[in-house]
Amino acid sequence: MQQFLNVTLTGLAQGAVYSAIALALVLIWRSTRIVNFAQGAMAMFTTYIALSLIEAGQSYWVGLLVALVSGLVLGALVERVVVRPVEGGPELNAVIVTLGLFVGFQALAAILFGSTFVSFPAPFDLRGFTVGGVNIAFTPNSIFVIAAVVVVMLALVALFRFTNLGLQMRASAFSQEVSRLLGVRVGAMLTLGWALAAVVGSLAGVLIAGGNLVSPNYMDAVVVFGFVAAVLGGLESPGGAVVGGLTIGLLLSYVSGYLGSELVALAALVILVAVLLVRPQGLFSHAAARRV
Amino acid sequence: MSAPATTAALQVRGLSASYGPVTALDGVDVTAEPGRITAVLGANGAGKTTLLRTISGLVRPTAGQVLLGDRDLTRAPAETIARAGVAHVPEGRGVITELTVEENLRLGALLGSSRKRTRHVIDDVYAMFPPLAERRARHAHTLSGGERQMLVIGRALVTGPDVLLLDEPSLGLAPRIVAQIFGLLRELVDDAASGRLSVLLVEQNARSALSIADVGVVLNLGRVVATDSAAALAADDGLRHAYLGF
Amino acid sequence: MTQQADTPQDTEKDTGQPAAPARAAAPAPRPGRFDAVRRRLPKSTFARHALAALGGLVVVFLVLELTNPFRNSQFATMSYYAIAAVGLTTLTGLNGQISLGHGALMAVGAYTTGLLLGPDADGAALPLPIVMLVAMAVTAVVGVVVGAAAARLHGPYLAGATLALAVALPGLAIYFDEWLGGEQGLRIAAPRPPDWFSDAVYFLSANETPGVKYLAYVGWITLLVVLLLMANLKRGRVGRVWQAVRDDEVAAELAGIRLGRTRVIAFVVSAACAGLAGAVLAVVVRLAAPSGFTIVLSLSLLTAVVLGGLGSFTGALLGSALLVFLTPTVTNLGTSLGLDATAAAEVAPFVYGVVLVLVMLLAPAGAVGVLRKLWHRTRGNHPGSSTRRSA
Repeated sequence: MQQFLNVTLTGLAQGAVYSAIALALVLIWRSTRIVNFAQGAMAMFTTYIALSLIEAGQSYWVGLLVALVSGLVLGALVERVVVRPVEGGPELNAVIVTLGLFVGFQALAAILFGSTFVSFPAPFDLRGFTVGGVNIAFTPNSIFVIAAVVVVMLALVALFRFTNLGLQMRASAFSQEVSRLLGVRVGAMLTLGWALAAVVGSLAGVLIAGGNLVSPNYMDAVVVFGFVAAVLGGLESPGGAVVGGLTIGLLLSYVSGYLGSELVALAALVILVAVLLVRPQGLFSHAAARRV
Repeated sequence: MSAPATTAALQVRGLSASYGPVTALDGVDVTAEPGRITAVLGANGAGKTTLLRTISGLVRPTAGQVLLGDRDLTRAPAETIARAGVAHVPEGRGVITELTVEENLRLGALLGSSRKRTRHVIDDVYAMFPPLAERRARHAHTLSGGERQMLVIGRALVTGPDVLLLDEPSLGLAPRIVAQIFGLLRELVDDAASGRLSVLLVEQNARSALSIADVGVVLNLGRVVATDSAAALAADDGLRHAYLGF
Repeated sequence: MTQQADTPQDTEKDTGQPAAPARAAAPAPRPGRFDAVRRRLPKSTFARHALAALGGLVVVFLVLELTNPFRNSQFATMSYYAIAAVGLTTLTGLNGQISLGHGALMAVGAYTTGLLLGPDADGAALPLPIVMLVAMAVTAVVGVVVGAAAARLHGPYLAGATLALAVALPGLAIYFDEWLGGEQGLRIAAPRPPDWFSDAVYFLSANETPGVKYLAYVGWITLLVVLLLMANLKRGRVGRVWQAVRDDEVAAELAGIRLGRTRVIAFVVSAACAGLAGAVLAVVVRLAAPSGFTIVLSLSLLTAVVLGGLGSFTGALLGSALLVFLTPTVTNLGTSLGLDATAAAEVAPFVYGVVLVLVMLLAPAGAVGVLRKLWHRTRGNHPGSSTRRSA
């Protein structure tokens, strides 16, 4: 029973991070019909930027802030420079471009920051709370991780629901032509969408790194889990991405806790394939069946 | 952007456009005068929709000019043309169905307020189209065809346009609703307070279009075959039989 | 993130040479640019391809006998990249599917080979060709499973699913570590050349056949056989069906093609190639370990295929050659820029990434597409029937 509780709590914290990555993928997919396979690599890169600052003596918070800002810039640059030319083209070309970014960023990070595992500090205590004399696998840092993701999500909801900018971004995502006819600068909105997605991705990168070892490929599995979560949520819906992320976090935590951590990625693959074959529109989508 | 006292005419001069090797427009001249409805008529494939899409910047012209007053809008991006005061109401699915009715209108009003000369605000649209007011919080995909047409027209109006480009507003609508929409259009143009709107109305339903239009332009295979007053076109039996189908 | 699969067994030296031998060694899979020559060739497609393969064999023999052991090992490395790239080309270029899982499928072939050959050279119960066929068959079976799921996916979904496969499969090797060797992987004995083979080579060239050269022969003969079979498949009914599916699914379906079955078959064929490539890799590298089959391996293959030109076997060979022969050059460049050895080893994957992006932005038809365009420009003619196979 105690193990079940611990596994569940761990899963929730990890699920929050997967939600963030899934959300980043969904933001980009909605507006440009591209799955950004480089999302994890970009997040890894900005996490390393944060780590360099922290190792140079800056505080964790400065590192986090700089990671988010560099994510913003990186996302915008990537969209403008390399993604824009393949937008609306054959889908294979866009896939290949994001894969090229994936391997390119990963190698660049290894060149600049080294390819060995290094530890990334956590801002809060990594020792679990004690409840009724029992130590549980829920730490102050887990609370921070979940809270950070929740705050970012609420901020995004507020942006999309209540601001004119958010309205224009949503309009651009749903119908580029009509938006242009209404004077919306669709190109700028797409760039902004990629930039925001990269910010959310960067946050996920820094959060999952906290208290762990990072290496240039530490996000490989995370981006796959995020993709699975996004597909589980229907790939279109930000809400679905969040629920999908938490679901994947819990399921994978159970697999890791009861079957073995080596099988986590395999379990993710099984879930992904099962979802794609049985319910391609995602578990939480109201949309009609669509082609996957 | 300063607001001129009278709105400018939209002038299209020698406009040509093609889709790959297929020429869709071939040297078309059309003028939409303020305070008038100019109907663009012709059979399917005559180039009517392409004309509107080229004016609003969705299609790049291969030759010719699009002028709004003395401002050259030829080859400007669609968003710039929209900001200059040309509101294009596209055929059929111009509603963003994933947004609510209110959000669709807010999107139009954003452009209107950035132009600082909004003549119609969202509440006016609700007053004009009561069914929209009832469904303001609903997603636009729940609307009927007529309601969608009201929404796209209302959304175009809140942008505060000088020129309204309407593509087949009668398509798929019941005759009663078409009459209602056309009547409203006539009222808008005649209403001095609306600042002398120019309307370019593309219609396959030539008879109804001519009944509210001041001027008509007949297109065939991408060329203008006739330009005259609506009454004269309606009276020209040969032309009507050859190109207008009534 | 070291690419174990990439490291030649010999000590690295003398690496600044151009990749010309590789191109010379690449057999022409598509005979018949010159009509005068073509008229004298056999009528049957298979016979023409077989003739080309024989010609290729002669070239391989000359190149391997005339180059040093270090080059031999590079050719051995190139052969398994090329086998896998030809398989991936079959899938991506001809059928329109993408797979990031081919690195994982190579792992299946490599581990099967490792289990059958074992770490002891004299303990191997089965001859190498049989082992390779078994590795191919096992991978093909895995390909059926993956392909059945993949057949219903397209574009980014398929890419995501196969990416998940690439990330997931190494976990199995660690989970079953008693059997598959965990992180350390399986050590594999390099098979020795059979006497008749060494004798034959000695008879023709008066050269001995050390293990490295033998493995290069094994790799290249496998590659030639794969090319022969794939070129035939592509020219035949099956290939035309695949291309029809790629070009227009609706039209293909209306023409009575069963899309799902076609896709599964394409995936299985492609997986079988990857399995063979994995088998060659296993004996060349003498190790099957999770670190050798990272996502970077799959992406390298994709780079080879994209760089050469999607859908073209010549492109796949060209891409693999560039991958193998340019990597040391690029790595040296990194070292000369003051990077340490581990960082310099990452310059190559960085270049792969840049190349993937640039090719897609500047020349989506790849090197073969560019060459073809130049060829037609200089000759002033337009693409004729011999070039209808565009990417």
